[in-house]
Amino acid sequence: MSDIDKDRSPSRRAFLQGAAAAGAGAFAAGNAQAATPDPLITEVQPWAQELGDGVDATPYGLPTAHEGDVIRRNVEWLTADTISSINFTPIHALDGTITPQGCAFERHHSGAIDLKKEDYRLMINGLVDTPLVFSYSDLERFPRENHVYFCECAANTGMEWAGAQLNGAQFTHGMIHNMEYTGVPLRTLLEEAGYQTAGKWVFVEGADASSNGRSIPMEKALDDVLIAFKANGEALRKEHGYPVRLVVPGWEGNMWVKWIRRIEVIENAVESREETSKYTDTLADGTSRKWTWAMDAKSVVTSPSPQAPITHGKGPMVISGLAWSGNGAITRVDVSKDGGKNWETARLAKPGENKALTRFYLDTSWDGEEMILQSRAMDETGYVQPTKTQLREVRGLNSVYHNNCIQTWLVRSNGQAENVEVS
Amino acid sequence: MLKYLNFIGATALILAAPSAYAGGKHGLGRSALPEEIAAWDGDVSPNGKGLPAGSGDALVGEEIFADKCASCHGDFAEGIDNWPKLAGGIDTLDHDDPLKTVGSYWPYLSTTFDYVKRSMPFGNAGTLTDDETYALVAYILYSNDMIEDDFVLSKETFSDVAMRNADGFIIDDRAETEYAKWTGEPCMQNCKDDVKVTMRAMVLDVTPSETGIDTPAAAEETSQEEAPAAVEVLDAELVEKGKKIFKKCKSCHQIGAKAKNKTGPILTGIIGSPAGVVDGFKYSKSMKAAAEGGLVWTEEQIAAFLAKPKAYLKGTKMSFAGLKKEQDQLAIIEYLKSVE
Repeated sequence: MSDIDKDRSPSRRAFLQGAAAAGAGAFAAGNAQAATPDPLITEVQPWAQELGDGVDATPYGLPTAHEGDVIRRNVEWLTADTISSINFTPIHALDGTITPQGCAFERHHSGAIDLKKEDYRLMINGLVDTPLVFSYSDLERFPRENHVYFCECAANTGMEWAGAQLNGAQFTHGMIHNMEYTGVPLRTLLEEAGYQTAGKWVFVEGADASSNGRSIPMEKALDDVLIAFKANGEALRKEHGYPVRLVVPGWEGNMWVKWIRRIEVIENAVESREETSKYTDTLADGTSRKWTWAMDAKSVVTSPSPQAPITHGKGPMVISGLAWSGNGAITRVDVSKDGGKNWETARLAKPGENKALTRFYLDTSWDGEEMILQSRAMDETGYVQPTKTQLREVRGLNSVYHNNCIQTWLVRSNGQAENVEVS
Repeated sequence: MLKYLNFIGATALILAAPSAYAGGKHGLGRSALPEEIAAWDGDVSPNGKGLPAGSGDALVGEEIFADKCASCHGDFAEGIDNWPKLAGGIDTLDHDDPLKTVGSYWPYLSTTFDYVKRSMPFGNAGTLTDDETYALVAYILYSNDMIEDDFVLSKETFSDVAMRNADGFIIDDRAETEYAKWTGEPCMQNCKDDVKVTMRAMVLDVTPSETGIDTPAAAEETSQEEAPAAVEVLDAELVEKGKKIFKKCKSCHQIGAKAKNKTGPILTGIIGSPAGVVDGFKYSKSMKAAAEGGLVWTEEQIAAFLAKPKAYLKGTKMSFAGLKKEQDQLAIIEYLKSVE
């Protein structure tokens, strides 16, 4: 076993690879000087001489092989089986805000099913004037809308309650994706069926074997919930509920029922397994909060981070990350390089959008010294992302879900980063 | 009639119906037939809405459970490996790592019926009859000491079952307990005196390797601790079998040099030891009485206890249905002997 294998820090491996590629990387006040001409410039390279692939080489393109490590990853010890499990978006390697479907995290309770549009049916029943059944093509005939929303699993960062545990933004914060959805407002379908005023909730369930069922208050159902069939312009992927899923903006991912097959207008919540025994937050005294649907404001530095170490020397660098809030738009993100002692306000790539990911950048200069990086999000309600200590003071250590604490990366002078907790 | 038409045809038909296009409606979709609603509308609510006719008890449920559920959830609903534990964890909700089961956590019985009927068994969902579902729910309740084995669960008796954590939930109160505190202009300069790293993820070493090479260092350590001692000649195969069966006991009992009392007492050195002597464990009255009566955990006594705990010692706290097979009892005993 080599030394590199023994040191299982992802950042160490990435750092060594990166350092080799970057060369000495010494920083001077002014541009660097090359000692010898770069053969990549002075010599004619094969790609500049020969021909590339024809237009039909890949009828549906995949990322280049050079980006082969930008993939979803699973933490095997978390669950008994991959059929009922979760994997993580490689947020450490992405930029901007839109998550490509191909690497957006998956969470299944009974596996990702194969359901054709032709076999798809959506039923609305319960407290409605006319129980209805829609086919897929019916849905496409209703007026539709486009919205960008993040979808975050309630368990995102859940492994970090008791302490710093997983070493990488992908694993600590990767149960999230952000897509542009095309779909029909749920309100439109409820109106079509004639929902009755006695109906205070809708119960939604999927067509898969888990039939994941959740109760959603009517107020939310009539507000911004979408019956979505496209994401980022194309059909949903199988693993995200093809052909039709529910989009419940700002609320925990479990409610975004995939392969949605039934909407029942009801008087009281069903109190299904997923809204009682799971996704509820147990406090230190043993009582538990339920109906904690909204995902509070949260942020994380995606680069540098354990899987994305600094591979250059001192000098200009970009500290970048993501921020989001289930209660509205992000208005500000502050970044600390000293573990929360002093903060600087980062630049938002564009103004925060309602219940969607916001990209932030801190364009800065690295002095080559250790940094203790944190980011702190604020949303339009004035809410400020709490520290882990603040959260624990209210909720204790056993809350499992809805952990939106400030994340800390210790970045060493060699550029490697590690998930840590600070005083 | 409608179901014989294709959807375009059906839609055209609905367009002519009286309610279509009224009040901003689009006239899309078709009426759901009663048989279709009956086929899909299976959810069950806390007030019993949705419960079907039928009934079942724990004895019938035990057999169905062994056949259809035990491969993941264990014979006694104790859960195998990472699969959900359905029983135990009573009074652990305010402890570290609470064990959340139907017995300790679930606030409504309807949830168990609803979930089992719609979503279980894993990989064969929706195949249980209503009677089977009642019986399975009864067995899960029995495993949690919530009903007697002669209790017949049905729509009529459903509300007779008391759920331990029925009052254990509050509705989201973050607006009062959190939002009010964490709002406003945050500190920007000199917000702390001192910053120290208090915990590092590297210490735990549980992050998946990106190259796919994974050395389970922690697992190796554990197995060294639990390595059989060569005090007497033990049947290694039987020890290994016992170690596997001991998974059923692990949610309550620890064994080995670093063992602590959990829901059940430490089992290190139990063979040949007098009953009721583990320091710091709160035994049941009946176990204390048996200990005062001079009970010693000989192999024979342990085997008898394991076979049918509640019959062997009425009033024992051990909520374990028992190890029926003699070979399994022997294997556990061999394993218990092997750990120092």
